[in-house]
Amino acid sequence: MPAPRNPTLSTLFWSFFRVGAFTFGGGLAMLPVMQREIVDRQGWQSEHEFVDVLAIAQSSPGAIAINTAIFTGYKLLGVPGVAVAIAGVVLPSFLIITVLAATLTAAEPPLLLTKFFLGIRPAVVALILAAAIGIGRNVLIDRFNIMLAAVALGVSLVSNIHPAILIAGAALFGYLHQQLLSRRGVRP
Amino acid sequence: MIYLELFISFFTIGAFSFGGGYAMIPLIERELVRNQAWLTAQQFIDILAIAEITPGPVAINAATFAGYKVSGLLGGIAANLGIVVPSLMAVMTMAYIVQRFQGAPLLKSALAAVRPVVVVLIFMAAVTVGRQTILDFKSAGIAVLALTLMLRTKLNPILLLIGAGIAGVIIF
Repeated sequence: MPAPRNPTLSTLFWSFFRVGAFTFGGGLAMLPVMQREIVDRQGWQSEHEFVDVLAIAQSSPGAIAINTAIFTGYKLLGVPGVAVAIAGVVLPSFLIITVLAATLTAAEPPLLLTKFFLGIRPAVVALILAAAIGIGRNVLIDRFNIMLAAVALGVSLVSNIHPAILIAGAALFGYLHQQLLSRRGVRP
Repeated sequence: MIYLELFISFFTIGAFSFGGGYAMIPLIERELVRNQAWLTAQQFIDILAIAEITPGPVAINAATFAGYKVSGLLGGIAANLGIVVPSLMAVMTMAYIVQRFQGAPLLKSALAAVRPVVVVLIFMAAVTVGRQTILDFKSAGIAVLALTLMLRTKLNPILLLIGAGIAGVIIF
């Protein structure tokens, strides 16, 4: 992690503008670009803090990128931070789509563009996987965490469980587990 | 008033979709095509295709396109506000709670237990997207190469995506 830079409204705006402009596929496909901006490049959050933000973003209604922008903006610069982060993440899409909606008559995209996106999509999968591996290396470090991950993986593979429920379940489990430990006199 | 109606429709979509963009698609379809009849089924499919090939959150792409088609630039803005406001209320509430109880051992242990689950959710997102996109040797090759580069080098993911797009133009 680099030395944290002091966030300003302008750096916050441009960081989220890049996130909005360079993420394809929506949802968690945005994560590698966000991680690079927020954690690696600007040092605004540690990897753990970033994972906490993701948990909140995924268990709140709405788009993950918007939720992440709101939470990060609020944490770094309060309400003005929220406003510029949302503007940053929304503007690239808004501008591009407005132009397309105004000019497009046939829905068929040009062949070159289609091929370009056929190439991008498998790379998006790789980016998401790389993010899972990178974050996993820092999080799956003890038996407790590995066990939790294994249970979550098992449940998601065999059922169609909603991410928000999985997150809420894990939070409740962590809370109860800690209460049990404190009763035995163990501090977190 | 049409702007208010757009705002309310997208507010409903934003408030009831958990888990990001793709989770919203069925809600958007029901609201815009079936309930309001603002878009035809064909227009809705066009929106999805466009959302796929343009950057940014799928929800914002869909809101902007549908809002514009229904009533121009202001319609797009009204639809976007509708999508953003429920997120704003929910996430600000969560942010307040997290800040208020920062350092409380029980919040800390709840968040600590959530982290491994988030790792799994990210992994599962890769599996889900992978099943739809890695369909042949060419796409598998791009994925493997991209993964190796991401894990072994400090390459900027934006450059990687552009490179993969160029590779796609060449090999597909």
